[in-house]
Amino acid sequence: MSAIRIEALKKSFGKFRALDGLSLTVEGGTVFGFLGPNGAGKTTTLRILTGLAHADSGSTWVDGLEVGKSAEIPSRIGYLPEEPAFYPWMTGIETLETMGQIHRIEKAERRRRVDEMLEMAGLTEAGKRRVGGYSRGMRQRLGLAQALIHRPQVLLLDEPASALDPAGRKDVLGMIEGLRGQCTVFMSTHILADVERICDTVAIIDHGKLVVNARRDDLIARYAIPMLALEADDAARLNQLATDVRQMDWARAVVVEGRRLTVTVKDLAAAQRELLARAVAVGLVVTHYEQVKPSLEEVFLRIVENGKGSRQL
Amino acid sequence: MMTALTKEWLEQRRTHRLLIVCLILLLFGLLSPLLAKFTPEIIKMVPGGEQLSLIIPPPTVVDAVAQYLKNLTQFGLLLAVLMGMGMVSQEKDKGTAAMVLAKPLSRTAFILAKAAAMGASFLIGTALAGGAGYYYTLLLFEALPAGGWLALNGLLLVYFGVYAALTLLASTLNRSMLGSGVTAVGFIILLALVEMIPAAGKLLTGGLLAWAGNLALGSAEAPAWGALWVCLGLIAAALTASVLVFRRQEI
Repeated sequence: MSAIRIEALKKSFGKFRALDGLSLTVEGGTVFGFLGPNGAGKTTTLRILTGLAHADSGSTWVDGLEVGKSAEIPSRIGYLPEEPAFYPWMTGIETLETMGQIHRIEKAERRRRVDEMLEMAGLTEAGKRRVGGYSRGMRQRLGLAQALIHRPQVLLLDEPASALDPAGRKDVLGMIEGLRGQCTVFMSTHILADVERICDTVAIIDHGKLVVNARRDDLIARYAIPMLALEADDAARLNQLATDVRQMDWARAVVVEGRRLTVTVKDLAAAQRELLARAVAVGLVVTHYEQVKPSLEEVFLRIVENGKGSRQL
Repeated sequence: MMTALTKEWLEQRRTHRLLIVCLILLLFGLLSPLLAKFTPEIIKMVPGGEQLSLIIPPPTVVDAVAQYLKNLTQFGLLLAVLMGMGMVSQEKDKGTAAMVLAKPLSRTAFILAKAAAMGASFLIGTALAGGAGYYYTLLLFEALPAGGWLALNGLLLVYFGVYAALTLLASTLNRSMLGSGVTAVGFIILLALVEMIPAAGKLLTGGLLAWAGNLALGSAEAPAWGALWVCLGLIAAALTASVLVFRRQEI
């Protein structure tokens, strides 16, 4: 059974169409990256899945239950909005206690879980302090803790690390990564490095439509453009090599940045055979050579900027 | 429901709303009989006021009750609007409503807990004001019939309830404090306009307060059961509308 199923979801705000027939499926147990540029419809999708917003048409199911028709869903999901908001007059412990009470967790078990969540979020020391004095990173970690207090089957995270500094991002992503296998994580983001780091499956949406839905590695393998790069100290000879390579059939684009030459290739095998040989031929002493590992960012930009149609790998 | 109520009650205490309501109502409960008693003295001290004081009749317990009703209704209404206008709208605006409503907490419980917590604050504040007002009226004038005084304060509570419930509805309809405040003031003006129609006025808060004054003075004249039922109906209607609107809203 899929953890999340979305079928032909449509939602408009006035004349703006936030979701335009979005359909996708998320398998249980995965860490699912829901990617898209700002305004693509990610937050709207999440808000519909939580029941906080209503779709104009289409249907959604969470853990096999249809959203809007089952009162069970809030007990099965954990939700972290993009900017988690708390009652500033409550302490961290009181916040988690209240959320546990809402989930009707029995008192002794609730206390145990509050301690467990505070420890997981690194807030044991700060638990007795009022949330109003928490930093952004602490609030985000508390947000994740409150979403997990009842051990949900599906965790919905809206841009969980987007507004954090590098240290805060590392902490939050580490916490999410630690959930692999415990529950299904559906994470919306526009930060590709985060998805590349922790997600095993990726969907890209744009203008409210699904553009692609695939396993991360399959996506990179299919869409990434092969590139080779080499570095040398002799800038003149590097430019000479660039001029030479531009004439080759296997080269798609050649860029020289400082002492680094990057070649986007059409025929990787031919390029691998000939690039170093040509460097030696122009008398270049190569200090570094690599096949550039394609990133999700390139794939994303290529897919979104080219505005390709919906496809399923 | 109990979790929502516990949270709301904690909020009333932590954000000093309970303290503010209690202090203000207590202050005017105390001051009202004092003002009634010493207003002629105060007027005498104003230049040229001696002439004026000659035509003012000596203050009586009736003035104390009238002063109490006037002060508490004015400041109670103000408190109801100021306390209630951000109750729902601010939670929607700041995102705290989304955090709790994505969990198994019903929207009905969310609204009713707010109404109950606000009602409890006004109950305590009115009890304090009633106690203080009764004691100072006894000291400065004469003893009022305890049952009648209790009934006056009970009817005052209904009066506060009407404006608190209307403000809560305004807060549910809006997403900003300003919008809520403006809508609440709109409701109050609308109610005041309806009260200007003599037949309707007797069945609204005006009729309720006139009855409250009579009861406090031990008079059984002109009972306004109709006004009481209409006011209770208004409270129920405003709360029901809040719940129905909130259940359909996107958070």
